[in-house]
Amino acid sequence: MSKSKLYGLFSVLMVAMLTLSACGGGAQKVEVFSWWTGGGEAAGLEAMIGVFQAQNPNVEFINAAVAGGAGTNARAVLATRLQAGDPPDSWQGHAGQELIGTYVAGNQIQPLNDLYEEEGWLAVMPETLIPLISDGGNIYSVPVNIHRANVLWYNPAVLSANGVSVPTTMDEWFAAMDTLQAAGVTPLALGEQWTKMHLMETVLLGTLGPDSYNGLWTGTTDWGSAEVTTALENFQKMLTYTNSDSASLSWQDAAQLVVNGDAAFNVMGDWAEGYFRELGKAPMADYGWAPVPGSVGVFQFLSDSFVLAVGAPDEEGAMAWLKIAGSKEGQEAFNPVKGSICARTDCDPALFGEYLQSAMDDWASNIVVGSLTHGVVANDSWKSEIDTALGLFVQNGDLAVFQSALVAACAASGPCQ
Amino acid sequence: MSRDKDRYLSILLISPSILAVLIFVYGFIAWSVRVSLSEWKGLRPDYTWAGLKNYINLFSDPRFQVDIRNTLIFTGVFVIGSILLGFFLAVMLDQGLKGEGFFRSLFLFPMAISYIVTGVVWRWLMNPAEGDRLSGFNMLFSQLNLDFLINKWHTTENWGIAAIALAAIWQMSGYTMAIYLAGLRSIPDELREAARIDGASEFQIYRHIILPLLSPVTLSALIILGHMSLKVFDLIIAVAGKQLPLDVPAIYMWQTTFDGLFYGRGAAIGILLLISIAVLIIPYIRFTLKAEAQQ
Repeated sequence: MSKSKLYGLFSVLMVAMLTLSACGGGAQKVEVFSWWTGGGEAAGLEAMIGVFQAQNPNVEFINAAVAGGAGTNARAVLATRLQAGDPPDSWQGHAGQELIGTYVAGNQIQPLNDLYEEEGWLAVMPETLIPLISDGGNIYSVPVNIHRANVLWYNPAVLSANGVSVPTTMDEWFAAMDTLQAAGVTPLALGEQWTKMHLMETVLLGTLGPDSYNGLWTGTTDWGSAEVTTALENFQKMLTYTNSDSASLSWQDAAQLVVNGDAAFNVMGDWAEGYFRELGKAPMADYGWAPVPGSVGVFQFLSDSFVLAVGAPDEEGAMAWLKIAGSKEGQEAFNPVKGSICARTDCDPALFGEYLQSAMDDWASNIVVGSLTHGVVANDSWKSEIDTALGLFVQNGDLAVFQSALVAACAASGPCQ
Repeated sequence: MSRDKDRYLSILLISPSILAVLIFVYGFIAWSVRVSLSEWKGLRPDYTWAGLKNYINLFSDPRFQVDIRNTLIFTGVFVIGSILLGFFLAVMLDQGLKGEGFFRSLFLFPMAISYIVTGVVWRWLMNPAEGDRLSGFNMLFSQLNLDFLINKWHTTENWGIAAIALAAIWQMSGYTMAIYLAGLRSIPDELREAARIDGASEFQIYRHIILPLLSPVTLSALIILGHMSLKVFDLIIAVAGKQLPLDVPAIYMWQTTFDGLFYGRGAAIGILLLISIAVLIIPYIRFTLKAEAQQ
């Protein structure tokens, strides 16, 4: 290509770019930022974008998904864009304090109460959910899907071979694990550090009950109280029933121990069910599920949700997207593909498998509480301090130091003063 | 006159890179120092003056104490292991055996691999699973009837970090060998021959002639390996992920800054890392520059 041609091409490109940027105000487009780039998540997002395009044919949808690290990379990119004053119209985040603590504190997202009232969402989402995704009476995000954290997975064959029934209370659970341990079975499969935090939050819930558990995160339950000590003692005892190589196992490795018959129980969120299906295992035959003992009737949730940016380049387009994200059509398109349930309680159960149908029933009827590990109840700083305290505790086993570190973490980064 | 002109021209020519280094290296070091003296926590910058609070808190932080301990163990095992193994390999190769070029490449090769790849492979090799799920080294030991060697590798209580250092030794001992080999080759044969004529044994030759002559090489190796071990991050993440028993300052810095949004504390850890590396490197650079100037 000759030099003059090259210059010609270059100037055409420049003109095209300038024209495009000048037209930005005219043609409507909405940029939605997420970390859904693979598997069922990406396919679910595509399905939901399809619903959006059908209802908003004149709005161009820009899918600004960033891959890698379960959202770690995406969040770093998002932070850079926000600090540069270049927000996407809407982005994905874990519903609850992970969003509120970071973006509301930075005045980067807008309240959505009007949208909820306009669309009648308050009537179709669990009443106990709303306070968990609000701050000071303002609702800040639209949950698209729901996962459950307090699920006890078990191997039915291992349990029946040892004459153990599915436990519903902490005491029954410990008794069952004693029996299994005596029979030479690993009672509880556990993985790397974050799965320990996941186990800890379910044991806190199972021991304290939903009211005191919620109080931990609002400041009404004292972290230094005797009931928290009891809960932490239960957690400490729980760790004695686990496999010795937990530090080297991912959550998949730990969950797989149960379906392979190498361990009896595992506590993991219900994304494990999708993994069991991938392994070709059959529900109720190869794996069973129950709420974590002590938390029957309580649904400990986590959720992916979308927000409205302060200074969104196209606020109208962003609102159109949020309407789809909260709609029955949008959620029914997304969730069966992703392997989660709708945040709405009126989705069609026929679209979902056996486990998810049971989760939908519980979602509609149970008390809803939030997950710590997955960003609902504590902001990032608080959670990372709890994570450090937990890591030190697993290493040195000093319960008193652990509890005082938790008290200090709540005072430094949580609501306790 | 023309000398001055040359000088101005040379300063002009290197000024872009000087400027870039000033901004992107020293500017950001200065900015990190400022952040480390601030209360910044959360996504929005907050430069409220906090004095040395972040630093003082770190020294009473039990997690940072774990980090210091782990760094000391890692550095000790890694540096001593690499130097001993590297020196041994270099002496072996220096005996003029057949196929020296092949072995040299073979030993040097692990250095060409990224720490992430090394970490993933060693994660499989050092699998601590027990019973029917034995694998990696432990399975090998079991099949060779060396069951007493079976251990928990990086999940060993308190000393797991030493297992990570094994992987690092595997990676860097070839490089250490190359440094020593170059050093050995630069020692004139006449010195050895003279010693032999004086009746020195091979061991005495190494003890009293070769080793003292190699001391600058050992110093270089110490510095290079030492500063690498202070910065270790990717290898640990690849072997074990973010787990507290294997925590080091670099991992704490990353986690507390980007997961916990404690920017002030993260910057303080970064500055402490910088200082500890500078303590190691700066005397060495001065020493090298002086030696070059004398030549």
